[in-house]
Amino acid sequence: MTAAIEAPMVTELDALESESIFVFREVAAEFERPVILFSGGKDSIVMLHLARKAFAPAPVPFTLLHVDTGHNFTEVLDYRDQTVAALGLRLEVAKVEDYLADGRLRERSDGTRNQLQTIPLLDAINGHRFDAVFGGGRRDEERARAKERIYSLRDEFGQWDPRNQRPELWSLYNGKHKPGEHVRVFPLSNWTELDIWNYIAREQIPLPSIYYAHERDVFERDGMLLAVGPYSQPRTGETAEKRLVRYRTVGDMSCTGAVTSTATSAEQVVIEVAASEITERGATRADDRASEAAMEDRKREGYF
Amino acid sequence: MSTPIQRQLLRLATAGSVDDGKSTLVGRLLHDCKAILADQIAHVQHVSSSRGTGDFDFALLTDGLRAEREQGITIDVAYRYFATEKRSFILADCPGHVQYTRNTVTGASTADVVIILVDARHGVLEQTRRHLAVAGLLRVPHVVLAVNKIDLVGYDEAVFKGIAKDVSQLANQLNISDVQAIPVSALVGDNIVERSPATAWYDGPTLLDYLESATGRDDTSSRPLRFPVQYVIRPQTDDQYRDYRGYTGTVASGTVSVGDEVIVLPAGRRTSVSGIDRAVISATGTAVAERPSAVAGEAVTVRLADDLDVARGSVIVAANSSPGTRRELLATVCWLSDRPLTVGARLLIKHTTTTAQAIVTKINGALDLDTLGVIDATGLELNDIGKVQLKIAAPLAADPYSSNNITGSFLLIDAHDGWTLAAGMIDDEEGELL
Repeated sequence: MTAAIEAPMVTELDALESESIFVFREVAAEFERPVILFSGGKDSIVMLHLARKAFAPAPVPFTLLHVDTGHNFTEVLDYRDQTVAALGLRLEVAKVEDYLADGRLRERSDGTRNQLQTIPLLDAINGHRFDAVFGGGRRDEERARAKERIYSLRDEFGQWDPRNQRPELWSLYNGKHKPGEHVRVFPLSNWTELDIWNYIAREQIPLPSIYYAHERDVFERDGMLLAVGPYSQPRTGETAEKRLVRYRTVGDMSCTGAVTSTATSAEQVVIEVAASEITERGATRADDRASEAAMEDRKREGYF
Repeated sequence: MSTPIQRQLLRLATAGSVDDGKSTLVGRLLHDCKAILADQIAHVQHVSSSRGTGDFDFALLTDGLRAEREQGITIDVAYRYFATEKRSFILADCPGHVQYTRNTVTGASTADVVIILVDARHGVLEQTRRHLAVAGLLRVPHVVLAVNKIDLVGYDEAVFKGIAKDVSQLANQLNISDVQAIPVSALVGDNIVERSPATAWYDGPTLLDYLESATGRDDTSSRPLRFPVQYVIRPQTDDQYRDYRGYTGTVASGTVSVGDEVIVLPAGRRTSVSGIDRAVISATGTAVAERPSAVAGEAVTVRLADDLDVARGSVIVAANSSPGTRRELLATVCWLSDRPLTVGARLLIKHTTTTAQAIVTKINGALDLDTLGVIDATGLELNDIGKVQLKIAAPLAADPYSSNNITGSFLLIDAHDGWTLAAGMIDDEEGELL
């Protein structure tokens, strides 16, 4: 038998924080034009917080990019714009609405837009010649994401090839790529939903208000609570009612579900998440239920 | 108010041949640790019944790719996260198929524990030897030999002991000091989380008991300081920090304290540490807080007393224990590419924060998996483990891998397409890593 556990030198959250900071610095040093995907969601907020830590007291040396579905929560867009202004960052916005307006994309029959983000994202990457694209994806979110490397090479079409990923050894990240290719970088790969919330509580990171319990008109569809709003209305047989809810993820309003909750602080959310019997995506993302490999298929096309 | 949970992370990797039941073992471990939530269980039940793979196919918990599910094999490493009351785990679930050995190397490079599965009916196979060799080379601190499908050999103690003895002999040859053999059935759940009444003759720990009590990698904070510089911070636009010049990085080994005498490699200039900073983010903005010291694993910013030429690629080391620099390396490499290695090849080497050109000047041999001895080789092919000599275009502050797995490891990269060709470990001066 082995000896008892020694007192940890660096605790779990500190270890995760240091690992993420290391990744930000590697990218800043080795790429020409990195960009952070920033949606105003909790993972991208934690990602930006870590990026600030990596370069303090200097400013974050990256542009932000938001792929705007046009179906966003107002609270989240406000948070995004205030953050960008307060930190003096540059924000590029790629709008799905623009693509719908001129016919490059067409609205899906189910009205959801998460899947429509891929083309505007790839166009923005090509147009700005971004060579490293930070995403807030975590491997605990979804079974295809569990296969993702921290540095994920994408070809000129933005495609992910899970069979042909580069081996990723020690903390030696290989960012070499050919012209036209880019690298998706996931500094939060090893964080879990609970780690994210523990960290938000520890660092007292402000979030958009919809992450905490509030009253909202919702209706139930496929076991999910969808908000009544401009992009989603109850159909026949579905009834709207006022409930105390919060969001575990924020995305396209039309397919992101709320959960019933009384948590009004990060500490209370930690307790709820620790006790939850359902995963973040299982509880809140309709689009992942589309098929057995919905996320994998989208990632292969260039989704984040 | 709850306080954030502060546990120690343990990193695991699995290895084993195809059909030894790795995915089932991992699924079972996660399931029995209650790390699988209701929606994931419902999904697996649904897919299991629609495919006719029984009520609950544990492998479907981890095999996430379409092709993996269709073929019933694991293609690429999947990372899983679970926690018990005692600690939290990052598990790299690695494929067993020989063509994906590079993924086993990937998973094992950061692992504190490698779980090697052997099918009780088949015993030690070539892949078992290869995975043991990889674990030994990468100096994984602990190896668990999970003798799986023990139910299919009637819970026979002699079968278990025979395999444990074979592996123990191999481990001795490969300098692996800590091997714990455990008889398990991933399918039934024997000795994974719950002790099995069917193996009353076995008095060792269950798999989970073992994982909860295993120590991590050696404490590297007591070793000599190594601090590879990643990026230089000079916020010249900010009045408060107009003269600030900080060198960021993660402490690779040892401890760095304000006032320490250090040497900056490769130039070899001596100076002292004048400050150690960590960022502080508050409602009012971003600043830095001074720290008296930092230990291995921490990402910090170091300031130096003298204005030296320090940039990415520099390594700040303890003045009394400098590794010096070298432009020639003797190393053991795991060849990870379909393109064979030949003498004279020009490659890129990535070592800590330096990327430089390298030429392979000699191939000193390859590992023979049957005898575990070194045989002559003129080239290395996919999955070969070999010994090479390299000439480097820039001086590297390198240590033997046996004393430092960060300053002792490197990648070899194809300069044309950027593909990672090999994982390298620098040999001890006296010679043999193999």
